[in-house]
Amino acid sequence: MFSYLVNRVFQAIGVLLVVALLSFVIFNYVGDPINNMVGQEATLEDREELRERLGLNDSVLVQFLRFVGNAAEGEFGISYQFQRKVSDLILERMPATLELVFVSAIIALAAGIGLGVFTGLRRDSWLSRFVLTVSLVGVSLPTFVIGILLIYIFSVSLEWLPSFGRGDTVRIGDWDSGLLTGSGWLAIILPAITLGLFQLTIILRLVRAEMLEVLRTDYIKFARARGLSRRAVNFGHALKNTMVPVITIAGLQIGTLIAFSIITETVFQWPGMGLLFIQGVEFADVPIMGAYLLLAAIAFVAINLVVDLLYAAVDPRLRVSAQRGRGTA
Amino acid sequence: MTGGTTSALLPRTLLDVRDLKVGLPTRRGHLSILNGVDLHVKEGEVLGVVGESGAGKSITGLAVIGLLEPPARIDDGEVWFDGARIDGLSGDALRRIRGARIGVIFQDPLTSLNPLYTIGFQLTETIRTHMDLGADAAEKRAVELLDEVGIPAAASRLGAYPHEFSGGMRQRVVIALALCANPRLIIADEPTTALDVSIQAQIIGVLKRLCREHGTAVMLITHDMGVIAETADRVAVMYAGRVIEDGTVAEVVRNASHPYSHGLMGSIPTIGERVGRLPQIRGAMPRVGAVPVGCAFAPRCPEVRDLCRAERPAMMDGRTTSAACWQYSPRWPDRSGAAGPEAGIGTAGAESAAADG
Repeated sequence: MFSYLVNRVFQAIGVLLVVALLSFVIFNYVGDPINNMVGQEATLEDREELRERLGLNDSVLVQFLRFVGNAAEGEFGISYQFQRKVSDLILERMPATLELVFVSAIIALAAGIGLGVFTGLRRDSWLSRFVLTVSLVGVSLPTFVIGILLIYIFSVSLEWLPSFGRGDTVRIGDWDSGLLTGSGWLAIILPAITLGLFQLTIILRLVRAEMLEVLRTDYIKFARARGLSRRAVNFGHALKNTMVPVITIAGLQIGTLIAFSIITETVFQWPGMGLLFIQGVEFADVPIMGAYLLLAAIAFVAINLVVDLLYAAVDPRLRVSAQRGRGTA
Repeated sequence: MTGGTTSALLPRTLLDVRDLKVGLPTRRGHLSILNGVDLHVKEGEVLGVVGESGAGKSITGLAVIGLLEPPARIDDGEVWFDGARIDGLSGDALRRIRGARIGVIFQDPLTSLNPLYTIGFQLTETIRTHMDLGADAAEKRAVELLDEVGIPAAASRLGAYPHEFSGGMRQRVVIALALCANPRLIIADEPTTALDVSIQAQIIGVLKRLCREHGTAVMLITHDMGVIAETADRVAVMYAGRVIEDGTVAEVVRNASHPYSHGLMGSIPTIGERVGRLPQIRGAMPRVGAVPVGCAFAPRCPEVRDLCRAERPAMMDGRTTSAACWQYSPRWPDRSGAAGPEAGIGTAGAESAAADG
């Protein structure tokens, strides 16, 4: 198990290095960084001096290694637009995004698995049909339309919930939390639903399909024949067997939540990393874009690592095959 | 082989299935799967249920324990168990009978166990569902059960997962699971079909020994006449959703009353006797939903008369067994001749063999 883990960590580092290279390429070759930094009046000598000072005359390899080294220390350079360190900007914005993602992931997982199990068990009830029909909306409507629709209904027409921002926040150390105030909770409802709706639907449909599949298996029939309670059969035996594919998809989808909270944050003017990224794109603020790219990759890689470990926790057969795989590899 | 169970003690009837009809509503109308099954199992007795695939053996078993897959459902008839009617009980009441008083063994041990749980967990879970035992006592019982079914070093195997066992060992675990709460009856649906021939005998041996020790009755569903001959006290032969013959093993094997059973038994090869081609029964069993009005076997029967095609025969006393065949009714046209069916089916077998050869 341990060497399996080490193996996965090395793979993860490999992936991150490739993404770092991409990020580095964007930074250095999308336009001239010097041009982006200095004003129109800078003389050629000034530019050359800055180029030398920033190390842009060194070989590409040296520059890349320096970039990776800095990135490893959380150093992504200085934002052109805000004239501040990118790392500070991101750290400031990160709590907002992570809280939003956290709340949407909880909504997507809880409602997705709950409704998936329900529609799988009661597949002929009208409520299941209703849920499945509505879930089609979740899959087919683009996020921004859902966001705007929700704002129109709950903010404009009903005036129940705020249409933008985070509400009041409380500062704990370096973390700005909106989850400790009433207005913060009110403000997070609409964006969290908007962000998580697609994931909710995917998980719902997957859990339902898996439940239908598993409920047909012999071991479920045998569990019933053993006289186990309905709850033990449905949740103890059936649901657990649906978990391997669900964990895979849920993991990927949570990664997507982090990386693509951009649209939701824009619609709701949510002061998170996604909004920072969009502002960065508008101003061709390359250091922000590069840093964001790398962060999204880290999020995906970390989640996939956790997913791999969860597989083994859920399914004993994978523990064995992982060991066998190690033996032959 | 038949033992004293039938005559000396006159044991009580444990399971009594009366005129059981199971149907499947479909878009194109109602399909009848079981057309009135009558059978009973006495206490401590092994009843073999034989028949071709699709005769309704497994459906009968599932209907008894209330595990028919919807939309299939019991249309008519009664199921009595231990003096109480159990068809039509609520799901929860039936659940308390399943596993506790009627144990079930399914065909494929490779897929009967949940792959994600240790066998210790699955055993104690079942034990504690039906018996009022603490965790330690349940675990102790689990070890005893595994011991009984012949799993070596049982105590150390509780933490093992199903994939760590061979097929035969898994079927032993399944038997242990069926025996968890000391049931009065075990319904074993093709318990050895998925196993190696060499393992089959062992599993049947285990099942037979345990049921004798515990006085458990068995309804053994199989198409393997060898298993039946070796294990069962009585046999019920099923054809097209009905029991068409019912009698002791010795009588059914050697001296079947119904032309179908007769043909079926004729197809068992005998060691030490030179035979050319084994006799076979012409034609195929009618499909579900296409069963003829009269006797379902009429289209294939060498003895068929107009009466057979017009009216369905009830069970009546045959030579030594009961059979659903008009031959044993006073209404049989050539009653006077009183010729047994064996001459007829013998020629039929020879004819079809010749025709095929």
